[in-house]
Amino acid sequence: MTALLVPLVTGAAVAYWICGPIMVLAALGMILFRKAVYSALSLALVMINLAIIYASQDAPFLFVVQIIVYTGAVMMLFLFVVMLVGVDSRESMIEKIQGHTVASVLAAVGAFILLASFVGSSLVSGAVGLDKSNSEYGGNVQGLAALLFGKYVLAFEATSALLITAAVGAMVLAYAERLTPRLNQKARAKIRIEDYVTKGIHPGPRPSSGVYARHNAITSPALLPDGTVSQDSVSAVLVQRSGLADADALSAPTKKAFAALDTAQGPDEEEL
Amino acid sequence: MNPNFYVVLAAILFTIGIVGFLVRKNALVLFMSVELMLNACNLLLVSFSRVWGNLDGQVASFFVMVVAAAEVVVGLSIIVMIYRARHSANVDNENLLRY
Repeated sequence: MTALLVPLVTGAAVAYWICGPIMVLAALGMILFRKAVYSALSLALVMINLAIIYASQDAPFLFVVQIIVYTGAVMMLFLFVVMLVGVDSRESMIEKIQGHTVASVLAAVGAFILLASFVGSSLVSGAVGLDKSNSEYGGNVQGLAALLFGKYVLAFEATSALLITAAVGAMVLAYAERLTPRLNQKARAKIRIEDYVTKGIHPGPRPSSGVYARHNAITSPALLPDGTVSQDSVSAVLVQRSGLADADALSAPTKKAFAALDTAQGPDEEEL
Repeated sequence: MNPNFYVVLAAILFTIGIVGFLVRKNALVLFMSVELMLNACNLLLVSFSRVWGNLDGQVASFFVMVVAAAEVVVGLSIIVMIYRARHSANVDNENLLRY
């Protein structure tokens, strides 16, 4: 009976066999997706699964740090830069060097064989486990703190210098000097009036998009008093992307309803 | 759980990182591949920390994370700067130093 109580699989094994394949698939997705956003999200998936594996390997502190620092900070930084650099910029798959991809994959397979054979020659059969180390100072975080602020305190101090340098470096690199003076409200108003005087551009705001009985999306154009379409009422970007909505089609239901009302009202009035 | 499984997983992830770094041309994806390789090494450090039963491996993994964070900040700002100058994040276009 006691033999049944011994678990056949441990939590670490479950975590490994669930998270491991997901990680490998997500990592493959990261290098195969053409869009950088998908790659970034795949990498975030890899990192979250890695955090779960850390948790299963007696590293609760690294589990949290992995999620906060890697998934939270680093990957979000990546996503911000993807937004800056352009989400839609698809990369060209033209090879500048003949057979570049094949050679790269072969080189990577070679590196994998090297890694596997090196590590395979020094296989370890069992793990000592971290129960003793973790309990020495009362917990994993306390144990890490004892090492960080004891044995590795100099490295820790050097890290602070590194972080400061990185922050300053990023600010210096990302700084761009303003080449044209900033326009204030007065200057903008002056430009607008000058445009009105010289080019006849109306200084006021442009008309809003059209409101119909069944449509008021920003792609539906407004109608001028004479029934023609006002081109200014829809953003040029939208027109370029999906075209101007057909004003006649949009107002057709209303016209039909009015016509139906007219024919319906005719006999009613006679009855009265 | 036998530690060898983790070694194999880390080797696979590292190899995928190498392929990504060699094959892709978007500077951002190259950078992500480097991050993947760093993560694979972190996995090894944590695994062997458990194998030998001391926490030094976890501290090393922590330092790798700190250095990676600093590296990402500087690297991404370099990518942004290059993008401003060349309007491209494609590493094939960064050939000014050739001439």
